[in-house]
Amino acid sequence: MNFSIILYILGWVLNFEAFFLLLPSSVSLIYKEKEGLAYFLVALLCGILGFIITRKKPANTLFFAKEGFVTVSLSWIVLSLFGALPFVISSEIPSYLDALFEITSGFTTTGSSILKDVEAMSHCGLFWRSFSHWIGGMGVLVFILAVLPLTGGNNIYLVRAESPGPAVDKLVPRIRTSAMILYKIYIFLTVLLIIIFLIFKMPVFDAFCIAFGTAGTGGFAIKNSSLASYSAAIRNTTTIFMILFGINFNMYYLILCKRFHQAFKMEEVKAYLLIILGAIIIVVIDIRSYFPGFFETLSHAAFQVGSIITTTGYSSTDFNLWPNLSKTTLVILIFIGACAGSTGGGMKVSRVLILFKTIGKELFTVAHPRSVKKVKIDGHLIEHEVVRGVNVYMGSYIFIFALSVLLVSINEFDLVTTFTAVATTFNNVGPGLELVGPIGNFSQFSAFSKCVLIFDMLAGRLELFPVLLLFTPSTWKRI
Amino acid sequence: MKIMIVGCGKVGTALTEQLSKENHDITVVDVDASLVHRVSNTYDVLGIIGNGASYSILAEADIVNTELLIAVTAFDELNLLCCVIAKKAGNCQTIARIKNPIYNQELDFLKKELGLSMIINQDFASAMEISRLLRFPTAIEIDTFVKGRVELLKFRIPQNSVLHNISLKTLFSSFRCDVLVCAVERLGEVVIPTGDFTLMEKDLVSIIATPENASAFFKKIGIITNQVKSTLIVGGSPTAYYLAKILITTGIHVKIIERDQKRCEELCALLPQAVIIHGDGTDQTLLTEERIDFMESFVALTGIDEENIMMSLYAINYVKSKVVTKINRPNFDTIIKKLDLDSVVNPRNITSEHILQYVRARQNTFGSNVETLYKLIDGRVEALEFHIHKESEMINIPLEHLKIKKDFLIAAIGRKGKILIPNGQDVLLADDTVIVVTTYSGLQDIKNIISR
Repeated sequence: MNFSIILYILGWVLNFEAFFLLLPSSVSLIYKEKEGLAYFLVALLCGILGFIITRKKPANTLFFAKEGFVTVSLSWIVLSLFGALPFVISSEIPSYLDALFEITSGFTTTGSSILKDVEAMSHCGLFWRSFSHWIGGMGVLVFILAVLPLTGGNNIYLVRAESPGPAVDKLVPRIRTSAMILYKIYIFLTVLLIIIFLIFKMPVFDAFCIAFGTAGTGGFAIKNSSLASYSAAIRNTTTIFMILFGINFNMYYLILCKRFHQAFKMEEVKAYLLIILGAIIIVVIDIRSYFPGFFETLSHAAFQVGSIITTTGYSSTDFNLWPNLSKTTLVILIFIGACAGSTGGGMKVSRVLILFKTIGKELFTVAHPRSVKKVKIDGHLIEHEVVRGVNVYMGSYIFIFALSVLLVSINEFDLVTTFTAVATTFNNVGPGLELVGPIGNFSQFSAFSKCVLIFDMLAGRLELFPVLLLFTPSTWKRI
Repeated sequence: MKIMIVGCGKVGTALTEQLSKENHDITVVDVDASLVHRVSNTYDVLGIIGNGASYSILAEADIVNTELLIAVTAFDELNLLCCVIAKKAGNCQTIARIKNPIYNQELDFLKKELGLSMIINQDFASAMEISRLLRFPTAIEIDTFVKGRVELLKFRIPQNSVLHNISLKTLFSSFRCDVLVCAVERLGEVVIPTGDFTLMEKDLVSIIATPENASAFFKKIGIITNQVKSTLIVGGSPTAYYLAKILITTGIHVKIIERDQKRCEELCALLPQAVIIHGDGTDQTLLTEERIDFMESFVALTGIDEENIMMSLYAINYVKSKVVTKINRPNFDTIIKKLDLDSVVNPRNITSEHILQYVRARQNTFGSNVETLYKLIDGRVEALEFHIHKESEMINIPLEHLKIKKDFLIAAIGRKGKILIPNGQDVLLADDTVIVVTTYSGLQDIKNIISR
């Protein structure tokens, strides 16, 4: 384990966090809020610490898979630990644990909040919450890699640990160029969304915050009623963009390269869109009597389905009051999640696809015991290693999920609340059902439950293994 | 430059390592998934799993935007097919590795008709390198510049040499020879020496000179430079065949020991002038019987590195002037250096060096004006060939008045087909070719060697 290089990269994470924190401080200048001082002070603290750590590059730059995984999970922990400080210093969220829950929920693009009254927050506080979604969506280390050349060729391990999906492919030979392309697409789509919001007469501040939440598939809104108070046009725009951000970004790159044939052949994207379509049809039929007119029903159904499957977690209405079939559909969508290589969370459509195909293959082998059959996606053979990885992921996923539900149930809330609270944080969605529904929040949980949920959010965002590796004794041994 | 490397074997990996260090965008293609994963995990390159001769795989690897394709799989036919398809699909430059001696005689035809930019035969290139070493046994390494008119020779100063304690300033007056010491390796440190530098015993010295001057110089400092008259080769590999062929044409007596009866018969048919012995080269009685103590040189070319090393260590005690050892495996370079093996030849490095030189020259045709670039002494020193343009500010100024930065050295000037080893009074003229030696890497333009 090369601790010096890990510390060095953590130093750069602090430098970048200092830079990110300057943005809410400048927002506070616009709205003349005194809370901005807290953000500036923490930015200064991060900047000084980062400067001291990164002053000298360590001599030993050996960097392998283990270092990559540990660096990524520690980076996210450091990011959250420092990101929570401004809330406490400005005394908007007095308890540090609550602040940590809030900002972890932000960076992991979950969107679960402990705030009872969001509208009481200062503008800079709201901005920081939403901006953390935007940073967390594509990943902070991917951002750092795009901007500066860190270690040698081995930083593929950093991207692999941070990017969602069963197997991470580079778009172009150089990792730095890949990271830049991803962020360019990401920034372009975000700016496009902001412009459309402004055309539909959304207030400028709202447009920025909601766009950040949509792009990162986060879900922090700046109103207590989430997105319910905005116009139908804004709601439908958000629906479309949520679904767009849940698509594998490789497809956008293929389109950019004019390789349309390959782009529109991606099985994962097709499956993702089909699932969305199916879910919308079920929900529309189920809630037909809840809204006046077909188009409003469709608009709300599509919004909620898009919001849940991409793990954004905005709500246009209190879906906790919907009939059970719709609610169950949404809960299933929570688990499926968005495409690999998108900004969304959950189990990822590609994993579900591989699992389904593996099941099909196994059933076929029962019928024809001597047959040889391999799982294929997009015409490519899925290597045994990847299939095994998906199976192990599934196993650990269920195990952690069950354990978390058990630990959170110490609160003695009803089963639906407990179950959906864990599901929604573990899959980085945001709202659950009953007490943690769209109009509820997470403040009533005990400190212990909050810790469990913070762990679930991080584990979910980093796809289990980087975080689990922190708890494996052999990781920390020098040899 | 966007480069695609097909085949992730030893040569492919060595090329990937060096080219990705030199900031090229690399895509590697191989059918073996584990090899592709290993390479793309170690270096910052894109890995594609599949057959490099398949059009759809090449298209997936973005052949259209690729500028150079290097095919170094284990199969000649696959390499050739891969180059032809890539050429048709993406109109890129192509380099193929060819092993089979039958194709080797048709290289020019293949190159022309299939539109290849370069064909490299690993065994032939190794044989060329070994034959150069045998013709000049004192040198450990030899490189050539300006189309072979300048040689860069690396040799170790022997004990009790006249060169001991001689400063470079007095080198010319003591020996009256136009040679220039361009790099000295002492105790693992590499220096570009100035005039005040004093040579010591056991220094590894690289000199630049014309071939005639170099042999005159070695004669004066009392080192035997005559080419060897006889050589014993152990192992009848294709390299041995090429080497024997080259050596026989220059009148060197060749004896080959080979373990396999059938191969012996083949070699016998191919090389009528050589003496072919059927036997085990590691058998010391056999070596004594074949009078190893009368041989002037010994070349270990079997396929097993360990055997080559052991035989060479044994042969060093008997053979008069040169022992060459072929070592295939890239690891343990530092340990092998400590063994005092005389010259070591690594076919993988020779192949990749040849291809690298081509890539560097290609890249330099746009961007910088470096004509050729050589990496010396484990890549710690670079020798670069520049062309002086008419508009250059450096023309007509005596070299001693040019403020050349530390660790840069103008080592040779080529003018109208002649080679000058420059001193302080010489000037540069338009259309000169200049060789600069430096420990810095990434020099792009000759004018950057002057401090301002």
